[in-house]
Amino acid sequence: MKILVSVKRVVDHNVKVRVKSDGSGVDIANAKMSMNPFDEIAVEEAVRLKEKGVATEVIAVSCGVQQCQETLRTAMAIGADRAVLVQTDEELQPLAVARLLKALVDKEQPGLVVLGKQAIDDDANQTGQMLAALADLPQATFASKLEVADGKAKVTREVDGGLETISMPLPAVVTTDLRLNEPRYVTLPNIMKAKKKQLDTVKPEDLGVDVRPRLKTLKVTEPTKRSAGIKVPDVATLLQKLKTEAKVI
Amino acid sequence: MLRELADLDRVAQLPNAEVLADDELTGSILIEASRLAEGVLEPLNATGDRDGARWSAEGVKATPGFKDAYRQYVEGGWNRLAMPTEYGGQGMPTLLSAAVREIFIGANKAFCMCPGLTDAAVHALMVGADDALKAYYLPRLVSGEWTATMNLTEPQAGSDVGALRTRAVPAGDGTYRIFGQKIFISFGDHDLTDNIVHLVLARVAGAPEGSKGISLFVVPKFLPQEGWQGARNDVQCAGIEHKVGNHGSPTCTMVYGDAGEGAVAWLLGGENMGLQTMFVMMNQARILVGMEGVALSERAYRQALAYARERVQGRAAEGSALPVPIIRHPDVRRMLLSMRSQTEAMRALGYMLAGALDLADGHSDPMVRQERQDFVDLMIPIFKGWATETAVEVTRTSVQIHGGMGYVTESGASQPLRDVLIAPIYEGTTGIQANDLIARKVLRDGGASLNCWLAQVDRTLAETTAQPALADLASRLGEGVASVRMVAQWIAQAQRERPLDVLAAAVPFLKLAGIVAGGWLMTRAALAASRLLDAGDAGESESFLRAKLASARFYATHVLPQAGALAVTAMNGSEATLDEWALQA
Repeated sequence: MKILVSVKRVVDHNVKVRVKSDGSGVDIANAKMSMNPFDEIAVEEAVRLKEKGVATEVIAVSCGVQQCQETLRTAMAIGADRAVLVQTDEELQPLAVARLLKALVDKEQPGLVVLGKQAIDDDANQTGQMLAALADLPQATFASKLEVADGKAKVTREVDGGLETISMPLPAVVTTDLRLNEPRYVTLPNIMKAKKKQLDTVKPEDLGVDVRPRLKTLKVTEPTKRSAGIKVPDVATLLQKLKTEAKVI
Repeated sequence: MLRELADLDRVAQLPNAEVLADDELTGSILIEASRLAEGVLEPLNATGDRDGARWSAEGVKATPGFKDAYRQYVEGGWNRLAMPTEYGGQGMPTLLSAAVREIFIGANKAFCMCPGLTDAAVHALMVGADDALKAYYLPRLVSGEWTATMNLTEPQAGSDVGALRTRAVPAGDGTYRIFGQKIFISFGDHDLTDNIVHLVLARVAGAPEGSKGISLFVVPKFLPQEGWQGARNDVQCAGIEHKVGNHGSPTCTMVYGDAGEGAVAWLLGGENMGLQTMFVMMNQARILVGMEGVALSERAYRQALAYARERVQGRAAEGSALPVPIIRHPDVRRMLLSMRSQTEAMRALGYMLAGALDLADGHSDPMVRQERQDFVDLMIPIFKGWATETAVEVTRTSVQIHGGMGYVTESGASQPLRDVLIAPIYEGTTGIQANDLIARKVLRDGGASLNCWLAQVDRTLAETTAQPALADLASRLGEGVASVRMVAQWIAQAQRERPLDVLAAAVPFLKLAGIVAGGWLMTRAALAASRLLDAGDAGESESFLRAKLASARFYATHVLPQAGALAVTAMNGSEATLDEWALQA
């Protein structure tokens, strides 16, 4: 069984980003970029399944600028067998990525698609779900445990009320949550081996997908600074302030 | 910086160095090394400082957590980055290994001493051992299954290693028996691996006195299975030292042959060739100690910078009435920049030397090899002495920036200082480096290699003078170079009649040379940064290049002027130093 893993190149989680002065977006000009942490967990899980003998091949995919190939090399250093870069300089939104991944799913026919539950730059938490719908596949999101056997995936999901365990037939889509695993440290020999692994580059046109954004960003601002709290003398005043000032009731 | 200053492109063309020609691959290696350093080694740094190694009669227990960290380090292949490929190593060039080591040492210097010593032992075996010894020891040392130690020092034999008394007696079957005591042996005992291989300097009975009669031996903690049934050899750790820092590294007193029969040993290299074998690795060992200075200076700088950005205290001299983070105060900026600019200068020289070692060993043109070797031989004592001494000053400045909290151990501000304090001492004290610089480097070849280097500096000066924006850097560097020349000339003259005067001036001269070497490289960095910015080639690195220019300017005005003062001291200070009344009362 093949596993397709999608990885996104995002601003490193340590970087403190600023909003551009014209409010058009976030300034990432000189920022350090890394693999989305949830995607690292996805690659780790896929590689573990291969090591257990459940999967035969792990294919890493990334969509975006040419430098995404660094992210793909990292995925291969963790253990992915080969990689595909869907190269475009266009701004990519979740729907576009889902469509690109669907085209690749059609082509590669994986038994499992694993993605990070969300990217730390847009926190959209949409791509996995959209992909499942487009490809007409079952989905299990926010996975904290994954077992694959007899053509089925048993997934424990982290939901608001606690943990939910579901079973679904393969092929299927799984998105990873933080507790699923702890990604390994990449070894020096594997970094060298990754250099020789196959990395194919395709364009969105080759997959027949129009990736132009459907959503337009009107304005980006920093969150308002948190102001000091106040003490109220009684419950009546509290209710009044919640209603008229905070406007939450 | 690797490209502009350390000759990256030339080194990348050497056999075995292809990795450096690939920016992405080099980048990956450095990034993944940082991840391991940050995730596994760094969390144990404070643990090592607080809990450290423990001695017991059953053996030394390393810092809790070190055993697992060592396993991960070795599984990652990082221990064998620069080890020979014929035994399973990655065989990477010194230039890359220096950068990777800097990352690991900055995260946890005490931990790194263990793989560092093993690396040195592997080189010694490669250089001097016969095929049988190599075949038995190298695979396991390279894989990390076993570690190694270097046993030179004795209570009465430190800088004067020729005064050692450990003796070796031939056993008649090709092996020897060792009797004696060695002190200050880092990781002489621990619980990280199943065996430890000790390299020991000893004198065979009847050998000449002093350094000419020293041989190098291999003494394993556990003897081979074949012929010895894997028996425990008679080498014991009698105790570990309580030190100012590096608590994570057990500093052992090793006793050989206490039970009476002697520790079983194999000769490495020829009899009486011990120091010769050691000298071959000396250059690399000294560069690495200098890099310890760089790594810990960088760590201390980052800690101080973070603190200065957060700590709010005192109002700004101009501006709002509210208190500000201390980084806004001019004096704090001055301290931070003195740390940063000197660290950058040291790093530049260290990497340049690492690249030069690679070229000296591997370049196809013998003239290039010779030229680079001469440069290496001249610069190593300068780098080791100057970078380590400067590192003590830089790490101490971090404590100052932290204020009272700097003095509190828990803040971690003092650990870099306490850990680096040994660096100007071991692997040849600053005094020894200075003597080596003067006697073997400056005087022996009549100043040829020194002048060769100064000619390179002159070329940089000419290039800088042609840039109006960098005129101030050119003039300061020019003054620095003139100081070096003046003192070198004075040394050549004074040596004939007043050799003690020269010895008294040795360390000031070494520091002067180091400061100017640093200034030379910072000026070259400024030239490169200027060129890239002017060409509109900055791209993503504009802030890096502008900061580099600022740093170079700071170095030129705060550090380079010290060269002139040191020249005055060197040429005029010996009389006061040698005054026979000076130390009587």
